[in-house]
Amino acid sequence: MAVTEAPRRTTATTASARPRPMGARRARTTANSSSHHILGDGPLPRILALSALGVMAALWLLPLGWALFTALKSEQDASNADHWFWPQHGFTLDGFRTVIERGDLPLWMFNSLLIASVVTIITVAISALAAYSFSRTLFRGRKLWMTATVAAILVPPQLLIVPWFQQMLSLGLADTYAAVILPQTVAPVMVFILKKHFDGIPRELEEAARLDGAGHFRTFWSVILPLSRPMLAAVAIFVFIGAWNNFLWPFVSTSDPNLMTLPVGLTSVKNAYGIQYAQTMASAVLSSLPLIVMFMFFQRHIVKSVATAGLGGQ
Amino acid sequence: MSAPTTPAAGSPREHRARLRISPGLWFALPFLVLFVGFLVWPLIQGLWMSLTDASLSARAGQFIGWDNYAEALVDAEMWRAIGNTLLFTALSTVPLVAVAFVMAILVYTGLPGQWAWRLAFFAPYLLPVGVVALLFLWLYQPDLGLYNQLLAAVGGEGVAWLSDESVAMWSIVLTTLWWTVGFNFLLYLAALQSIPDHLYEAAALDGAGAWRRLWSITLPQLRRTTAMITILQILASLKVFDQVYLLSKGGPNGSTRPVIEYMYDVGFTGYRLGYASAVSYVFFAIVIAISIAQFAAFRRKES
Repeated sequence: MAVTEAPRRTTATTASARPRPMGARRARTTANSSSHHILGDGPLPRILALSALGVMAALWLLPLGWALFTALKSEQDASNADHWFWPQHGFTLDGFRTVIERGDLPLWMFNSLLIASVVTIITVAISALAAYSFSRTLFRGRKLWMTATVAAILVPPQLLIVPWFQQMLSLGLADTYAAVILPQTVAPVMVFILKKHFDGIPRELEEAARLDGAGHFRTFWSVILPLSRPMLAAVAIFVFIGAWNNFLWPFVSTSDPNLMTLPVGLTSVKNAYGIQYAQTMASAVLSSLPLIVMFMFFQRHIVKSVATAGLGGQ
Repeated sequence: MSAPTTPAAGSPREHRARLRISPGLWFALPFLVLFVGFLVWPLIQGLWMSLTDASLSARAGQFIGWDNYAEALVDAEMWRAIGNTLLFTALSTVPLVAVAFVMAILVYTGLPGQWAWRLAFFAPYLLPVGVVALLFLWLYQPDLGLYNQLLAAVGGEGVAWLSDESVAMWSIVLTTLWWTVGFNFLLYLAALQSIPDHLYEAAALDGAGAWRRLWSITLPQLRRTTAMITILQILASLKVFDQVYLLSKGGPNGSTRPVIEYMYDVGFTGYRLGYASAVSYVFFAIVIAISIAQFAAFRRKES
């Protein structure tokens, strides 16, 4: 399946030169027309569909909603089995206050942000450069490297944690940011996606730059990259979410509490707080906020990122 | 496919490439260095380690040939863990595809509140697994947890969500469904929105009703997407570890322990890195076999 882009911000020629089978249309326009497609005209199907949606959405919002509700209770009320629903002592922000004052949650968020950002920048940069070289240049062994990269998509990263661990010990990188970051920057599937995308950009656009004497880097920087901005954003968002939520490798590679990322640090919350349910839920709610707020603001971009990068360029 | 060293016959650039590093290679170099350093080399090193008795304490392991694999072959615990991984894959794939499909179809109908529906279904996917585990440990809590309280409120009996061997795997599937179904939902939604309008318009002109349009246009158009989502979901489910480790630690009694957790336990808790590598290669062989079978089936259907 060809990778898809909305035509905005690219030139009209490229946008129309490529087939765009997926996600290319604005959600806004489909919202009105598609209602007609499968629901028909009567009010009954609409009511049925709306109630089904409502029930499912409620079920899906329940865990987070219940966490927030618990977090706003006092500890006493949170673990009161007789009055499990409505708090006897009213609502309080004590849970949140305690968690923030402990200070480890902000540290984990900072680590996650730092690590996910660096992973994203390095991954996008090296993947885009490699994708350009696979798409537009010739060099010895190019086909071999390309084949190896595509084959490596099948390798589950979990398989590599034991050798990575040994590697970090022998490189003297054990318990450093570099140890957490480096292995995560190798994303063969992103190289593959970007190469496919670059392959779809008509070469005539580069010819003009070539005639003006631009070398490969100039062509890459001022012709290819500007035309690929939506695609690069899609890849970047996808890599960022993956790195932000990555658990196993950061968990194995760090024992220093100062290097813990959010997913790793949270595993210590349960033990640290014992049966302090309100505090535990307060930290869960606070930890969910960054990406959910990001999603609220950039929903369209994130939806498109998943739709394009999520299928692995298939 | 031609031999890797002859890119295009007679191209002048190729001639130069033999003399010095061509610009193309410079572009690929940063990726290739990290690719070799953190993927190809560890893959080879892991294979080597699986042939040694390397441990976490003593640095250099002794070469012991196929002993680790011979041991793995008759290791009942490992096969049980592989069985758990396969069971989880079987149990989770169907709802993760089917529920995503229903969600996408319902949202695609264009009912008001598009933004909110997408938020509700996709937001869990954005949560770190640590949060997911905390939320569900609280929901599944036997005495105070919401699920058992609700069951009690309707006169039902409490369920030992994570401590009953016959229920624990289902509880993990349920958590996984809640956590990751949003991803497949978005893939389906994108596929639905790319169905060209003119197909529906033509059908409407032919007098096809709403049901007819769903059956003869929407569903057939999604066949390829469904195949892709299923393939990707199976591969993702085979790699299950995080949520199991945080919810049940593989328990009760090892009844939910997936093969990746077994590998982790053997290597980092049991200090047997060599044997852990052998286990991971057995698992890798299974993943490769399943992937090849799936893509072969997919190809055959395509043509």
